[in-house]
Amino acid sequence: MKPRHKRFALIGGALAVLGIAAALVLNAFQSNLVFFFTPTQIAAGEAPKGKTFRIGGLVKDGSLQRQPDGLTVHFVVTDTAKEFTVAYTGILPDLFREGKGVVAQGKLGENGLFTASEVLAKHDENYMPPEAQHAVDEAHKAAKTVKQ
Amino acid sequence: MNTRLSTRLSNWFGYASPATFYPLAGKMIPWFWALAAVFGILGLYISFFVAPTDAQQGEGYRIIFIHVPASWMSMFIYLVMAFWAALGLGFNTRLSGMMATSLAPTGALMAFLSLWTGALWGKPMWGTWWVWDARLTSELILFFLYIGFIALQSAIDDPRRADKAGAVLALVGVVNIPIIYFSVKWWNTLHQGASVSLTRSPSMAQTMLLGMLLMALAFWMYAIAVSLTRVRAIILERERHAGWVEELSEVQS
Repeated sequence: MKPRHKRFALIGGALAVLGIAAALVLNAFQSNLVFFFTPTQIAAGEAPKGKTFRIGGLVKDGSLQRQPDGLTVHFVVTDTAKEFTVAYTGILPDLFREGKGVVAQGKLGENGLFTASEVLAKHDENYMPPEAQHAVDEAHKAAKTVKQ
Repeated sequence: MNTRLSTRLSNWFGYASPATFYPLAGKMIPWFWALAAVFGILGLYISFFVAPTDAQQGEGYRIIFIHVPASWMSMFIYLVMAFWAALGLGFNTRLSGMMATSLAPTGALMAFLSLWTGALWGKPMWGTWWVWDARLTSELILFFLYIGFIALQSAIDDPRRADKAGAVLALVGVVNIPIIYFSVKWWNTLHQGASVSLTRSPSMAQTMLLGMLLMALAFWMYAIAVSLTRVRAIILERERHAGWVEELSEVQS
């Protein structure tokens, strides 16, 4: 074995050990690295109780309700399995839409109402012109009517 | 066969000598600048005049044409830097360390651009400049790795020792690259998943994708051009006492 082969073996070995160590550490911190909890996780009691955390999911279609004070909104966050109602007072981000992704930070009350102090819109990775979006929407509608 | 391969290999090692690489790099630089300009002009034209408006984000999505190429390059340059660092440690070649050193500032610039354009994009779309989710945080760590690499190298006076120390740091930091790339898959994040990946067809309209790829090529060519310029300066600085440097016309004048 030439010295340079030895050095390369050493570098390779060190990198492998480092990679494994990083994988183990990240695995151990898995639960701390999530940005939000899904409604299913919250229903299963995985979210911290009595503390601030984030809930993430889709805004349920037709669930957005403006309260009489004009500033507070209620909407339902769903992951299609479980859902939670979120109350928020303030200005919603531009991309906040029914049927689209949302991440809200706040506390879950005893009554199951999630009171948010911050609402962020989470958009998807699809980029398409409006006409294409329209065609996709139409296709979805058509598929739904066929099912019914 | 074996002798031919070994002569070819030794030819390649010939370029590892700063004296041969210096003029070669000088010849290549204008070509990379030209390519960067061509791709950049085409890419900007397609990005701003041909690519359609996005259905969800309107015109605001066009920051993607800077953001994604910058992010890709910030990760790719780091891998190249780590590759040269490993080569330098293993073969003990001088040029490898210089290559790694010359790449770091461009990599840092790309990481910074990625974070900056990301913040500018996040505010109108998500509703926040910054969140500590896995993708954003790991990209910030990448930026700090570049800065740390530059700082560590400039803190050590002996260039050979600086190369070695930097190489170790660069190699340790390499674990961060797959973490950045897969962060949006492994954990739930505010940042959306990849629109373009090797494993499935891109989820973007074709002209948008074309604009983004052209911009990525432009960034790539730019990165090569400036790194080669920088490596030539480093060669001159470190080899200033060598005979071949003193004979250079640009040094004599």
